[in-house]
Amino acid sequence: MIRPEHTTSMAQTGILKSSLAKKYAMAASGLFLCLFLVGHLAGNLQLFMAPSDGGRQFNEYAKFMTTFPAVKLLSYLTYFAVLFHFADGIVLSLQNRKARPVRYAMERPSTNAGWSSRHMMLLGTIVLVFLVTHMQNFWWQMHFGEVAMVDYDGVLVKDLYTVVVAFFNPELNSFALPAIGLYLLGQFALGFHLWHGFSSGFQSMGLRHPRYTKWIVGLGKAFSVVVPVLFSSIVVFMYFTQA
Amino acid sequence: MDFTLKIWRQEGPQEEGRMETYPVTGITGDMSFLEMMDVLNDQLIRDGQDPVAFDHDCREGICGMCSMFINGEAHGPNRKTTTCQLHMRSFKDGETIYIEPWRASAFPVVKDLAVDRSAFDRIIQVGGYVSVNSSGNPIDANAIPVPKEDADAAFNAATCIGCGACVATCKNASAMLFVSAKVSQLALLPQGQPERMSRVQRMVDQMDKEGFGNCTNTGACEVECPKGISLDNIARMNRDYLKSQVTGE
Amino acid sequence: MTEMPKHSVALDAKIPEGPLADKWKNHKNSIRLVNPANKRLIDVIVVGTGLAGSSAAASLAEMGYNVKAFCFQDSPRRAHSIAAQGGINAAKNYQNDGDSVYRLFYDTIKGGDYRSREANVYRLAEVSANIIDQCVSQGVPFARDYGGLLDNRSFGGVQVSRTFYAKGQTGQQLLLGAYSALSRQISKGKVTMYNRHELMDVVVVDGKARGIIARNLVTGEVERHGAHAVVLCSGGYGNVFYLSTNAMGSNVSAAWKAHKKGAYMANPSYTQIHPTCIPVSGHYQSKLTLMSESLRNDGRIWVPNDQSDVEALRNGSMRPTDIPEERRDYYLERRYPAFGNLVPRDVASRAAKERCDAGFGVNEAGEAVFLDYASAIERYGRTEANVKGIEAPSAEKIRELGEAVVRAKYGNLFQMYEQITADNPYKTPMRIYPAVHYTMGGLWVDYNLQTTVPGLYACGEANFSDHGANRLGASALMQGLADGYFVLPYTIGEYLADDIRTGAIPTDTPEFEAAEQGVKDRIGFLLGNGGKTPVDDFHRRLGRIMWNECGMSRNEKGLNQAIADIQSLREEFEQDVRVPGRPDRFNPELDKAGRVSDLMELGELMCKDALERQESCGGHFREEYQTPEGEALRDDVGHAHVSAWAHTGVPAEATHHKEALAFENVELKTRSYK
Repeated sequence: MIRPEHTTSMAQTGILKSSLAKKYAMAASGLFLCLFLVGHLAGNLQLFMAPSDGGRQFNEYAKFMTTFPAVKLLSYLTYFAVLFHFADGIVLSLQNRKARPVRYAMERPSTNAGWSSRHMMLLGTIVLVFLVTHMQNFWWQMHFGEVAMVDYDGVLVKDLYTVVVAFFNPELNSFALPAIGLYLLGQFALGFHLWHGFSSGFQSMGLRHPRYTKWIVGLGKAFSVVVPVLFSSIVVFMYFTQA
Repeated sequence: MDFTLKIWRQEGPQEEGRMETYPVTGITGDMSFLEMMDVLNDQLIRDGQDPVAFDHDCREGICGMCSMFINGEAHGPNRKTTTCQLHMRSFKDGETIYIEPWRASAFPVVKDLAVDRSAFDRIIQVGGYVSVNSSGNPIDANAIPVPKEDADAAFNAATCIGCGACVATCKNASAMLFVSAKVSQLALLPQGQPERMSRVQRMVDQMDKEGFGNCTNTGACEVECPKGISLDNIARMNRDYLKSQVTGE
Repeated sequence: MTEMPKHSVALDAKIPEGPLADKWKNHKNSIRLVNPANKRLIDVIVVGTGLAGSSAAASLAEMGYNVKAFCFQDSPRRAHSIAAQGGINAAKNYQNDGDSVYRLFYDTIKGGDYRSREANVYRLAEVSANIIDQCVSQGVPFARDYGGLLDNRSFGGVQVSRTFYAKGQTGQQLLLGAYSALSRQISKGKVTMYNRHELMDVVVVDGKARGIIARNLVTGEVERHGAHAVVLCSGGYGNVFYLSTNAMGSNVSAAWKAHKKGAYMANPSYTQIHPTCIPVSGHYQSKLTLMSESLRNDGRIWVPNDQSDVEALRNGSMRPTDIPEERRDYYLERRYPAFGNLVPRDVASRAAKERCDAGFGVNEAGEAVFLDYASAIERYGRTEANVKGIEAPSAEKIRELGEAVVRAKYGNLFQMYEQITADNPYKTPMRIYPAVHYTMGGLWVDYNLQTTVPGLYACGEANFSDHGANRLGASALMQGLADGYFVLPYTIGEYLADDIRTGAIPTDTPEFEAAEQGVKDRIGFLLGNGGKTPVDDFHRRLGRIMWNECGMSRNEKGLNQAIADIQSLREEFEQDVRVPGRPDRFNPELDKAGRVSDLMELGELMCKDALERQESCGGHFREEYQTPEGEALRDDVGHAHVSAWAHTGVPAEATHHKEALAFENVELKTRSYK
């Protein structure tokens, strides 16, 4: 007999609480963070120019990013997006575990789904761990640490470039090599996270179309390779130019 | 052919279950998987043991009743195939085969390999229909033209047999493919428009209440679906639900 | 005890007066109505949730009755109507090919070999158009053409295109439509749905059906359910042959319990044997798979005409494609030049049996013929090459083009064949053989679909009324939905109008008590009798008897033998069946034991009915009654009647009642396909 009462009430309903709402939030925060990555990468790429201008452009960019009001607002949004993306991910994962209390004795998940799509929580956690150390190393230094000032045409600017250089130099920082290792691991995890996450975000928002979806998927794959590779190459570049 | 079967045995919904091992012999490649199970049960009955309970009915891949998780995959290793359409020639002689029920908190085990999928019925009951009474004089069928493309897409969504392989195979035990197939079928047709927004809200809300997991877009459901229901349907449902919430319809 | 009519009662079909075309309209206008407030006081039980059951339950609930619906499957959506492939007929005349209600009526009467009731069939044709309108408004995705309008296909034995379809899954789409209408009423609380419940008995109080005993198949609980009327939509009983295209769970129990409580069984021996099914491959085969009738449009059916080739095929020393044209016997084209491979189902099936009986069957068991697409592939390939302007195409190219055309038309069927047999039907001819598919017989009902037990109704395949001795393709879906949506919801009012003051039916009465006790005793007996043979064993043996003696052709000696064999099989079953497990658990073997027990009794009655019908008509072929050319010989003087059987205790001793069939609007003719 069909029972009229409902078996469980794990999930709630409505725009804030339904399973789909959580997915929209996950997708929106994730895709927003992709935009952030582009901005961040644009800044970091200027480090390639540093050997010729002594890091001036990089430092001026860093100042702009930390002081311009609109960008500041955007940065608060980014902090929020990171925390939210993580918390929402935890909630979704816990619910998903609860939805299958008894596991299969025999599973062959690789026959029907990609590896990264099945390990988003793991990949996300690695990225988060990296992010915490990364923030401590640079963000904290920039905002609250003791950073020397440089004078560019009468304007005093924090010399973040020197902090970066020092950080990746094994002679100045005994943790430089492990830090580089962690950085590369973080980028690796980020790449795999994006490999699934980028196009998945579009799917969650319902943005799928027979004509355009293959472009979105292609763009996502390209993004997930290019962005981490560029971030990593800067670190490698810094290391070798210093060493 | 001979096989070693590892089968989930569970007396009833409240009892604990466990995997048990059974040998079967004299199987031919032309037997369907369920006929192989018939052979096993025939042996068990003659030996005075309890036969393995499993759901099955039409045995031609359309009723959606059969539901076995075979060697780590819903409905076994072949694509676009239900358990009843799977033949033993797809296995190697001497192979060990794991046979488990669909596993999801929303699909409690009834006995052994049979599960209770009435959660699917309840999801349909809250809105998986067009609210029209039967009457001797409705409007003529051809008064509602439907572009062939939409009619075909609606048909493709409507071929879902409600077997639950999508839930069984999803690492999150999500029912999105099933729910979105019905939502899509009606969203694609003019007849479904008046209730389109309220339908998607009610069906998604009921899906959540039943305790299915959340979709993480791994796409496993589409791969394992015996009828090849497309992820397009999930995207359409995501779109419609978002729209229904934003517009407040 | 309930009444069991033992003496002959005149069967009154209650056909309304007036001209054929006005009967239904006039009847509807004169049926007594139950006002909406009173409908809320009336309970109706619907057993089965296929096309007839789902549509009847939904429609009755929409009208205001309180409905309890039962199905043995885990969901009402899984009833076997879902497996119907081809389509549904309706006299819409969308193709402007001269179709009309009268033509559909005429084709159905003729197709049924003049053994159905004119008034019922005319009504069926009349409401057929409404069905399509109703289904489309529910969102059933029928096939459409590029203009967005509904498409039609042709089906066997008729000269118009009136079949609406949804690829090869028309039954599924129609059933899901009816299921959604049912679901809507469940959500409103107007239908209470009982999944995984089996009818165990019909309860008759003061001569009227007042409820059922049902068993919860999960908990084993035996339950009493009272109602003012009971509607059986429990489908057909093809599984009496063990191997059939029916679902494994399809059974006769609901109808048979009703029969034992006084409902007459009509024409039980009328069985449709579908010519194109995948042949039996081994002892443990549980089920036969249909290959759609549409395949006969392009495929050619043949066997070798040389016995040595047959031997070579069987021992594998020769492939079918090695046999040259002159050593092939396209026996349908030879015997029936006018219709060729497109003769009706009963004729095609018998012809295949005739060749196999003569020793020309092409598989190891000697029970298969070839359905060959080679010439269709060649023909389509040449046409394609012309269309594409390819000059002097190679044989290879023609093949490739032809296969593409065939794949577009029949791809899913070819794939299904390959999945089951592991043979590639594009390269080698398919092996096919007839298989039991549908039963035209069923519970006798009058024009109102009421059985001989007042308050007990039967719809869809469970009744006997519309298809005579042979059903036309795409008419089963039409009948199920016609009964459920448009006939029964009206006609049942005539009976229920008397029940508005009755009040709820109490279930603590002696009649319910006795019925429940009987059910529990039977369950106890089956579980406790200590035999050693599994149920399936008996079912297989029953099937073999029925297939050999009461299948595609029947004779007096064989039928008498079959009755004796079934009786001893029944006795052995009582002595030796082993049913494992507990009564209070999910126990599919127990469910099966009850069903097979009823099927054995039914089988006996079917043989009795086949014995009595001393003529050949439609699906019923008696070897004693054939023309010199081996065609069916009907006896319109002695047998233009419905045989309705009343239970007396032993099926073979059932009392025979006749309902004479009057043909006032069509002329009785001999069917010829030469």
